[in-house]
Amino acid sequence: MSSATSVAEEIVDYDEALERYDPVMGLEVHVELNTATKMFCGCATGFGADPNSQVCPVCLGLPGALPVVNEKAVESAIRIGLALNCEIAEWCRFARKNYFYPDMPKNFQTSQYDEPIAFEGHLDVELGDGTTYRVEIERAHMEEDTGKSLHIGGATGRIHGADHSLVDYNRAGIPLIEIVTKPLTGAGKRAPEVAKAYVGALRELLRALGVSDVKMEQGSLRCDANVSLRPRATGDQSQDDVPLGTRTETKNVNSLRSVERAVRYEITRHAAILDRGDKITQETRHWHEDTGVTTSGREKSDAEDYRYFPEPDLVPVAPTRETVEMLRGTLPEAPGERRRRLQNDWGYSDLEMRDVMNAGAVALIEETVAAGATPAGARKWWTGELARRANVEGRSVEEFGVTPAHIAELDRLVRDGRLNDSMARQVLEGVIAGEGAPTEVADARGLELVQDDGALEAAVDKVIEANAEVAQKVRDGKVQAAGALIGQVMKEMKGQADAGKARELILAKLS
Amino acid sequence: MPPEHARGRFVVREAPRLAPMSALSRDDVAHLAGLARIDLSDAELDRMVGELGVILESVAKVQEVAADEIEPMSHPLPLTNVTRPDEVRPSLGAEAALAAAPEKEQQRFSVPRILDED
Repeated sequence: MSSATSVAEEIVDYDEALERYDPVMGLEVHVELNTATKMFCGCATGFGADPNSQVCPVCLGLPGALPVVNEKAVESAIRIGLALNCEIAEWCRFARKNYFYPDMPKNFQTSQYDEPIAFEGHLDVELGDGTTYRVEIERAHMEEDTGKSLHIGGATGRIHGADHSLVDYNRAGIPLIEIVTKPLTGAGKRAPEVAKAYVGALRELLRALGVSDVKMEQGSLRCDANVSLRPRATGDQSQDDVPLGTRTETKNVNSLRSVERAVRYEITRHAAILDRGDKITQETRHWHEDTGVTTSGREKSDAEDYRYFPEPDLVPVAPTRETVEMLRGTLPEAPGERRRRLQNDWGYSDLEMRDVMNAGAVALIEETVAAGATPAGARKWWTGELARRANVEGRSVEEFGVTPAHIAELDRLVRDGRLNDSMARQVLEGVIAGEGAPTEVADARGLELVQDDGALEAAVDKVIEANAEVAQKVRDGKVQAAGALIGQVMKEMKGQADAGKARELILAKLS
Repeated sequence: MPPEHARGRFVVREAPRLAPMSALSRDDVAHLAGLARIDLSDAELDRMVGELGVILESVAKVQEVAADEIEPMSHPLPLTNVTRPDEVRPSLGAEAALAAAPEKEQQRFSVPRILDED
């Protein structure tokens, strides 16, 4: 088995790969529900608690413990299924997925096997160019999360070379919904974009449903991407008639950007192998955010024989049709409709709205506007400075610790004339650095526009006097020349002036 | 990954039936004990070979009468939808949880190396 230390593998140019091969994807998304308690016991689910402080006989798999299903988790599962246009099973059971690995102390994970609670659905995903791709959903089933392991003694905290491992079972038993797509075909060279857009749309949907924190960086939303290539159809052959190639499953893909990059990388890696006439090994691949490559994990083999059987400690889940319809009544408006409504309310252009979607900021802007910001102000910060940073650092905009309330406050400080744009940026820096809310940061850093018109007027007079030639141009009607004077005034005021006001003053004096 | 899903009721597809049992060997039991991390003495091994053999024979008898039209039963009681409200109940506490752990470190369960060296 090779490990992360293996040398970079050969890849081919992406466009070339697409000339010869047709990519097919399958995406598995695990979503941690935000229930107060675990799937089968009353232990709390809060993130970041002391190790092994949220465990009990049930989630530790102690002898004689009996699991009982969390009612809210079942409701969330059904609501997710309905929002994905799935059918809801009239009767279904849990199953034991048996394996020997210390992240589950029971030596099995309670999951669902051939009786998922939801099946046969779809999600329409809007792409960057405004077109729609329909992702067919195979199933959504209920299961539980596993514990977290720390590997000790290896060079880099990896399982390879570790001497022993330490396990925290706080996460073991937290409700998970696994959402599995059917093979996604026909995306062609847009496959990586479709993958990213699907996970983004799913995240938006789950957030609107209020069933999960959907924080990819904390692992409450995780994506495994299966990728395979098949030759392009030739002659009269339909692409659908070309058999699917061998797939690899890339795990550990923890941001929208990584989903896109990982799929793209696997396409170029598969193509290089197939070009050589070699075969793809069906295996798990690990995604490395820093280097942008995948490396081989374990090969799928006999170890994948999970000996599923119906869970004897739990009785079947049989939601009545009345319950299902009641839950259907609680669904939020469909994301597409919602986006159109919000775009209209906010007065954004199509392009602006697309930027907002690409930044994954629709819900954030909605909350920011609800907190008192102008739609234009909310958009400016989330899709401007924050999206830019997120892009550069390969993170998502939510990861900076900046909340909608922060942005609304920042927007208010600018509108009230306390901060100008460059000061607001500095304040945002401070918020990101954890220095507090915008007003606190502005106070602590002494950022405030000089409201003293006398000081500003004096600066304007000084600058006009020192730049007589430029001032004359403005007097002669070359208004754009005023820009140089405004710059001088701002410098004179050490940046602590309202540039708009400076401009007004200069033009008034030189008219 | 499951090949397909059930629509509505459980369909017998890969029902976990035991193959007609060849007798369980002493090696089988020792292997299972190892997987389950149960330390058995030689005398205990001998006894378990006999006792497990009886259980397997009994199951084999049930399989003789279980015709295809009889659905496998996963629970003896005709109950559905047994749930609990989503309300937090006290956990054990880390100290109690770790009390029976053979090894512990950093308030975590310490387990032997997971992967064999290549």
